[in-house]
Amino acid sequence: MKVLVPVKRVIDYNVKIRVKPDGSGVETQNVKMSMNPFDEISIEEAVRMKEKGVAEEVIAVSMGPQQCQETLRTALAMGADRGIHVKTDDVLEPLAVAKMLKAIAEKEQPQMIIVGKQAIDDDCNQTGQMTAALLGWSQATFASVIELGEGTAKVTREIDGGLETVDIKLPAVVTSDLRLNEPRYASLPNIMKAKKKPIEEMDPASLGVDTTPRVKTLKVSEPPKRQGGVKVESVQELVSKLVNEAKVI
Amino acid sequence: MDFELSPDQAAFRETASQFAAEELAPHAAAWDEQGIFPVDTLRRAAEVGFGGIYVSEDVGGSGLSRLDAAVIFEELAAGCTSTAAYISIHNMAAWMIDRFGSGAQRERWLPALTRMQTLASYCLTEPGAGSDAAALRTRAVRDGDHYVLNGTKAFISGASRTDLYVCMVRTGEEGANGISCIVVEKDTPGLGFGQLERKMGWNSQPTAMVTFDDCRVPVANRIGEEGQGFRIAMQGLDGGRLNIAACSIGGARACFEAAREHVLERRAFGRTLAEFQALQFKLADMATALEASRLMVHRAAALLDRGDTEATMHCAMAKRFATDAGFDVCNEALQLHGGYGYLRDYPLERFLRDVRVHQILEGTNEIMRVIIARRLLGR
Ligand SMILES: Cc1cc2nc3c(=O)[nH]c(=O)nc-3n(C[C@H](O)[C@H](O)[C@H](O)COP(=O)(O)OP(=O)(O)OC[C@H]3O[C@@H](n4cnc5c(N)ncnc54)[C@H](O)[C@@H]3O)c2cc1C
Repeated sequence: MKVLVPVKRVIDYNVKIRVKPDGSGVETQNVKMSMNPFDEISIEEAVRMKEKGVAEEVIAVSMGPQQCQETLRTALAMGADRGIHVKTDDVLEPLAVAKMLKAIAEKEQPQMIIVGKQAIDDDCNQTGQMTAALLGWSQATFASVIELGEGTAKVTREIDGGLETVDIKLPAVVTSDLRLNEPRYASLPNIMKAKKKPIEEMDPASLGVDTTPRVKTLKVSEPPKRQGGVKVESVQELVSKLVNEAKVI
Repeated sequence: MDFELSPDQAAFRETASQFAAEELAPHAAAWDEQGIFPVDTLRRAAEVGFGGIYVSEDVGGSGLSRLDAAVIFEELAAGCTSTAAYISIHNMAAWMIDRFGSGAQRERWLPALTRMQTLASYCLTEPGAGSDAAALRTRAVRDGDHYVLNGTKAFISGASRTDLYVCMVRTGEEGANGISCIVVEKDTPGLGFGQLERKMGWNSQPTAMVTFDDCRVPVANRIGEEGQGFRIAMQGLDGGRLNIAACSIGGARACFEAAREHVLERRAFGRTLAEFQALQFKLADMATALEASRLMVHRAAALLDRGDTEATMHCAMAKRFATDAGFDVCNEALQLHGGYGYLRDYPLERFLRDVRVHQILEGTNEIMRVIIARRLLGR
C-alpha cells in the first residue's frame, strides 16, 4: 500500500515567536524554519510501515513557497520515497490544504494519509478531519498506536479521558499525536541519498483548487504578559478577594 | 566565489542543529556538573553519521568534506561544546586511520569507530613536550613482530574510557623524523591511565595521562611508515583545528543568542537593555566577530578540501582567530547577563569554561602564530 504524508514548513519550535510591529502576523524573516514536529512523527510512522513491509511507498507532500523543498528533502532523507511540492506563495488555510490533499489522493490512491494532528504555527487541528470528510474516508485522530490489518487498521487514540481504540476501514486518514513514535534524525548519508529521490512540482490551479482565504485576520498581538501575584495575610482576605475581585466564588 | 551553503550543507546543518537541541543541550549542564561522559549519546550521534564525518563511506563514514564538518561542529557545539569537541577528536583520530592506514587496518578499526561502538583518543602531548611536540620521548623499540612502548602521554582526551589510542611515539632519531604513529588497543598489557584531571571545563569527557610500561603492540598496528608519524599527526591537526574553531563559534553563538534575548527582555532605568546604544554596539561587535570567524573557518576548510599548499597556514589563522573571538563573545555575553551570567542556572559560564581551552589545545594560539609567521617569513 501507499502512504501519503503531508509535511508543513513552520517556524522552528525553538524559536521565540515575535509579533510584527504592524500586527499583521508574526516575524518570519531571518527565522529558523523546520518541519512541523507532528509531521516528522507521521513520516516516521510511514517509514516504519515500509520497513516492516506493510507499506510499499511513502510519498511526502508539502504545500507552500520554494523553500518547502528543504522540508521535503528532510522527509526524503528520513526515508520517504518521493516528494510532491505544491508550489504557491498564497496563504494556505486548512480547507485549501485539505482540498489539495484530496486531489492528490485521488490521483495517487494511497490507502492511508497520515497527517500531523496540528501544525505548531497556527495550531488549527483541522486539516486531517477536513481531508477525511472531503474524501469520505474513515478517520482516526490523535493516534498513539497504529496497527494495520487486512484492509483495516486498529488505532489507539489519545482522548481527554484516557485512551480509546477504534477499528477503521482503509483507506483512511489518521492524525498523529506526540506519543506515536520518536522520529529519527535524517542521517548524513541519507541526506546525500535523498538527493536522487524525485520531487514532482505542481501548483494549486493544476489541482483545481482555489486557495483564497475564507478567514480574515484582523490583528495579531502578543498574549498579555503574566501579572505578578499578591500575598494575602489571612484566609478571610483570600476568600474576600476570590469573591469580590476575582469573582470566582 | 559563492558564500552560500549548498542545499546539502543546509540539510546537514538542520540535522546537526536538531540533534544538538534535542540530544545535547538539555543534558549539557548535568554532564558538566557530574562529569558524565555520555557514551550512549555519542552512539546515537554516530547513527546520524557524526562518528566519521569525513571518513570514507566503505567503512561506514559519511564521506563528507571538511567544510561540511565545520558546519556540523558549529551546530553540535551550540548544544554541548565539550561533547561536540570530543566528537571532533574522535573524528580526527578516525580520519588518520582512514587516510594513512592500510586496507586491513581500515577494515579492522573503522567500521566500529564510525559507529562509535569503539571510541578513539589522540595521543601526542607529553608532560615534557606540549607546544614542542616533536620533542616527545615515549619510545617504541622494535622486538620481532612487536614494538615495546615506554613513556607517558599527558592531557589525553577520552583517556581511560576510550578503546583506541592513536599514539605518536619515537621509533628513531631525535626530532620530527624519528616519530611513528601506532594504535594501542585498550586492553593491551602495560597500558595504564593516570587519575582523571580536574578541569575548568570540558567536563563531559575525561582527560588523563596515558602510561606505557613495557607495553607490547604488534607492528601491524603502526599507521603509515616508520618516521611518518609526526606528519600524520600534523595533518590530523589541520582538520582538528578547524573543528575546534567551529566548536568555539557554536558555543559563542549560543551565548550570543542568549544575550540578544536577554537584552530584549531585561529592563533597567525604565527601558530594555537593548535600548542602550553601548550595549547595541557590543552585540554588533559580537555578531561581527562570529561572522568573521565563520568565514575564516569555512575558507580554510575549503582550502584543506582542495589540498591547497597554504591550507595549514589558513587553518592556523582560523583556529587562532575563531577561538580567541569565541571566548571573547562568550565573555561579553556573560557580562550582558549581569549577575545571572555568573550563575550555573544559565549556560553562559559553562560555555565560557568550555571554549577557553580551545585557545590552548590542538596547538596553543601562540603556536598558531608561530606556524603563520614561519610561513610568512619562509622558514
Ligand atoms: C583539556 C585538555 C585536553 C587536551 N587533549 C589533548 C589530547 O587529546 N591529545 C593531546 O595530544 N594533547 C591534548 N591536550 C594537550 C594540549 O594540546 C597542550 O596542553 C598544548 O599543546 C600546550 O602544551 P603545554 O600544555 O605543554 O604548554 P607549553 O608548551 O608548556 O606552553 C606554555 C605556554 O608557552 C607558550 N609557548 C610555548 N612555546 C612557545 C613559542 N615557541 N613561542 C611563543 N609561545 C610559546 C604556549 O603558547 C603557552 O602559552 C589537551 C589539553 C587540555 C588542557
